[in-house]
Amino acid sequence: MPQQQSHLRLEPLLWTLFSAGGVVAAFFLPVHIFLFGIAFPLGWLKPPAYSSLVALVSHPLVRIYLFVLCSVPLFHWAHRFRYTIYDGLQIKHLNEVINFCCYGCAVIGTLVAGYLLWNIH
Amino acid sequence: MKSHVPAHSYTPYHPKWYRKRVSTYWWLESWAFTKFILRELTSLGVAYVVALTILQIHMLSHGPEAYAGFEDLMKNPFIIALNVISFLLVVYHTITWFNLAPRAMTVRVAGKRVPGFLISGPNFVAWLVVSAIVAWFLLRG
Repeated sequence: MPQQQSHLRLEPLLWTLFSAGGVVAAFFLPVHIFLFGIAFPLGWLKPPAYSSLVALVSHPLVRIYLFVLCSVPLFHWAHRFRYTIYDGLQIKHLNEVINFCCYGCAVIGTLVAGYLLWNIH
Repeated sequence: MKSHVPAHSYTPYHPKWYRKRVSTYWWLESWAFTKFILRELTSLGVAYVVALTILQIHMLSHGPEAYAGFEDLMKNPFIIALNVISFLLVVYHTITWFNLAPRAMTVRVAGKRVPGFLISGPNFVAWLVVSAIVAWFLLRG
């Protein structure tokens, strides 16, 4: 019973992260994947040189931007994906495991992104 | 002594509730359901793009050769196909997310409901502006 209560208290925070991540993902992810994943590899646009990317990333504001870009959308994914599994596959008995894996991945991704951006040059 | 009985306690001799069996493929039954599940699956595109960005930062921090390796990996046809799929998923997320905004909050001016496109419209404009700013930073030199 106490476990259920703590779950209820956590839910608003998780939903806020889902919502914030949805906004960040909606605004910023399409241009990132379009440029780095499609336009640059296919030669439609000239990719930035290594040195200019490093110069960009060395700026603290760009690092904060990248950290937000890599962390909150992961919590958006975790929240949405656990409900996709819940609705789509009907495996309610695995709920606890699925929730743990989803949010665990989001936390690990956030830590890795934070570690990388903190230590870069 | 009357003990507290939880709502879902076992009741002896109670008939089994009637429940319609739902197929695992229920979301293929109508286009509205399919659109819903497609919207839910956009989260996979979101996770993929974030994972790719983390990998890119990792390679960037390991010097020019490592980063050239990342750029070569992006030229792999299989990866490009994955990128195109996730780009479509992420754009679908953006469109559905902005179209949801007027439903999530009802704005009334002088007692009349502001039409949805006046709320989602500025979001789409802001999306284009933000994308142009990010692109400008990456393309200027």
